[in-house]
Amino acid sequence: MWRQIRPWLDPTQWISPTSLHQQGILGMNKRNVAYVARYNPRDRYPLVDDKLQTKLVAEKAGVPAPALLTQIRTQHEIEAIEPVLQDYDEFVIKPAQGSGGKGILVITGREDNRLIKSSGARITTTDVKRHLSNILSGLYSLGGKPDVAIVETLIHVDPVFAELSYEGVPDIRLIVFKGFPVMGMLRLATHASDGKANLHQGAVGVGLDIGTGQGIKAVQYNRPIDHHPDTGAHFTEIQVPHWRRLLTLAARCYDVTQLGYLGADLVLDADHGPMLLELNARPGLTIQIANVQGMLPRLRHLEQIDNRYMSVEQRVDYAIQHFAHELMASRIKAATAITQSTRQGSDRYNPV
Amino acid sequence: MQPRWPFLVFIGLLILAGISTAAFRHQSYGVPLLPGQQHTVWQVEARITYNARNGPAQVLLTLPPEQSGYRLIGERSASTGYGFVVSEPGTGQRLAHWSKRDARGEQLLYYELELMQDASRQVEQAAPGPVPLIEWEEPYRTAALDILSRVMPQSADEFTLAQQLVLEIGTVPRDQSLALLLSQYSLSNVFADLLSQANVPARRVQALLLEDGRRRQSLTNLVQVWTGDQWRLFHPTTGPIPASARYLLWQTDTPAVLEVVGGTGSSISFSVISHTRPSLELAQDRARQASTGLSLYSLPVEEQSLFKLVMLLPFGALVTVFMRVMIGVQTSGTFMPVLLALAFLQTELAPGLIILLFVVTLGLMIRSYLSSLNLLLVARIAILVLIVIGIMTVVSVLSYQLGLIRGLTITFFPMIIIAWTIERMSIVWEENGPWEVLIQGSGSLFVAISAYLVMDQAVTRHLAFNFPELHLIVLALILLLGRYTGYRLSELRRFASLSERH
Repeated sequence: MWRQIRPWLDPTQWISPTSLHQQGILGMNKRNVAYVARYNPRDRYPLVDDKLQTKLVAEKAGVPAPALLTQIRTQHEIEAIEPVLQDYDEFVIKPAQGSGGKGILVITGREDNRLIKSSGARITTTDVKRHLSNILSGLYSLGGKPDVAIVETLIHVDPVFAELSYEGVPDIRLIVFKGFPVMGMLRLATHASDGKANLHQGAVGVGLDIGTGQGIKAVQYNRPIDHHPDTGAHFTEIQVPHWRRLLTLAARCYDVTQLGYLGADLVLDADHGPMLLELNARPGLTIQIANVQGMLPRLRHLEQIDNRYMSVEQRVDYAIQHFAHELMASRIKAATAITQSTRQGSDRYNPV
Repeated sequence: MQPRWPFLVFIGLLILAGISTAAFRHQSYGVPLLPGQQHTVWQVEARITYNARNGPAQVLLTLPPEQSGYRLIGERSASTGYGFVVSEPGTGQRLAHWSKRDARGEQLLYYELELMQDASRQVEQAAPGPVPLIEWEEPYRTAALDILSRVMPQSADEFTLAQQLVLEIGTVPRDQSLALLLSQYSLSNVFADLLSQANVPARRVQALLLEDGRRRQSLTNLVQVWTGDQWRLFHPTTGPIPASARYLLWQTDTPAVLEVVGGTGSSISFSVISHTRPSLELAQDRARQASTGLSLYSLPVEEQSLFKLVMLLPFGALVTVFMRVMIGVQTSGTFMPVLLALAFLQTELAPGLIILLFVVTLGLMIRSYLSSLNLLLVARIAILVLIVIGIMTVVSVLSYQLGLIRGLTITFFPMIIIAWTIERMSIVWEENGPWEVLIQGSGSLFVAISAYLVMDQAVTRHLAFNFPELHLIVLALILLLGRYTGYRLSELRRFASLSERH
């Protein structure tokens, strides 16, 4: 108990609001009022809160995503699920409106009559049916609303990440503001997070340089960490492959959803490359710790820019150019100068 | 971004409206700002007797005028078989009017008056008209002029003249001229008339000395002297009467206090008692009498006691918003802590906490068994509701039987919400372990206890119910918190690794 309390009393375990302000750290309240509420139109939320809709919209816009195997809408359909699932040896069951990775069941194989979970545990079809039933009842959805269960194909981890992540699929979170990728983070599952890439549950977040896709710094439980607690891999040596494709994919999600402040969760599939896993209209703030950088200077910079006549590629170019790690250090110091140059920058992209 | 000032103006208006309405109600109805304030109330009973002439009878009693320092809060009459009205003539004093068609033998009438002592009450005193000419008969005229000719030079104004006259009256042995006047006129008469003769407005009044527990009192004859801006009360022999002396003016204008038509041998006597009453009760009475329509006091008592709780909710909500926006405490269920705090208000904190923890722990244990039954979620919640109610019933009955906690009201616990909490907690337990359950649970409990501590203050309870307009200020504060974009306290720790030291 004391071990849990002591850090709270240690002054070095705190940071002053002035220091946070100087570094341009975006706080929860400001995120909610100044970005989420202002840039995300309410009527677009269902697109991201409901993963089924996200998937359908993404498909229409040509954004690659894990294939939908089936969807279950009624308790009645659960009874008939067995023959459907019989065709697949590996699949993922998700609540369409779940949040924070809750209620995701990953099946990686079969053994006799049982199914193998990603953690290696064996479960029966009865367990799967109960899980489906829980999903439909709304156990994992916000406010307990009745939900829909999605069954989709399993992502195969790109071999690059195989040694990095403990179980589970590492995913890449990109914050997209007005269609520009702003900040990136690689999320790696750990033993503590039970194979889920959820930071709250103990997954590791590795800040990624927007310019190159290289690792900057890693955090677990909001604290810096040098190497993976389970696999021992060093984080700063990470180089995410297909970086530009990932940025482009994330930037395109803005055109699909029209959400100005967006968190795109992407995965690298060994066979199919970058894929959209899900979207988030209220992306978290830990990404700033992993990047050792506040998000506000970049957001303020982009608020000055007219993005109406910029293509996806132009926006990605712009982000790579302006938000690359080396450049940023000098940029934060001269926050006002940024605003000046931005105006000129936007003219450059004006086709007129 | 929208300009900030209309929002701030709106906030300012809300706060202003709240404060000014509260101030108005405090001023005009005397709703006390703090709980537990007391006021002295005087209960004056006039007892009238007379012998009826076996026919129609009417009794007229002059009633005390509005005066500084006292506020009339109630009056009634007890007199069987009499018609009773209080008439308010356009000018002059109010009159109590009893009437009976056939009055026989000795008659007994009661009039009771309740006055609240209220130092803040000031009644504007009208300036008197021109001083009437006193027509003395000889030799009294000479005697009066003689006295004035001696006293006048020793005075400077109305007040000092009156004082000198009192001294003159009190001198032993009495001066010849004065002795002559007093042989013909009453003391107060001489005093008032001499002042009038000197062109100083003066009038004879009758007043009642308010002293607790006095019976069979009669009115005292006194004189009021206009000293240029106000009437000063004088006793003809002892001089000016300080305002602190509790004289209740009963009669100022009309010649007689009591008038009986159709009877003889009338007499009146007074008895006085005082007691203290909570200021709040008095204010409620007044608000009810004023019957301005929209008032919580006009509701039946049962509804009122319900509203006493309901009105506290916004304060709990304010605490919750503060905790979440400024501190960053995580709670399970946004306003669940407020509902818990409301329940604690009913049970007291310690017993409430014990019962809650007991119910949740037991619920979690039973829930872990339920999870192996493969039930649908709705059914599971419903079962948990039943279990929660069951546990509470047993706790209630047991604690009563054992005499542990008397009259424990646990029915206010939000059972369905507790059932949902148990369900969510058990999921958290399964997914993230017991430590996470403890963290989330203690966050909710922390907010609930904070809200309870705010809502349980006597001042909060008092203000919330008696000044509902203060909720406008609560509203303004919540609006302000809703626009707060600064860092949360928890973020100062969350982002600690970004500090230069690291």
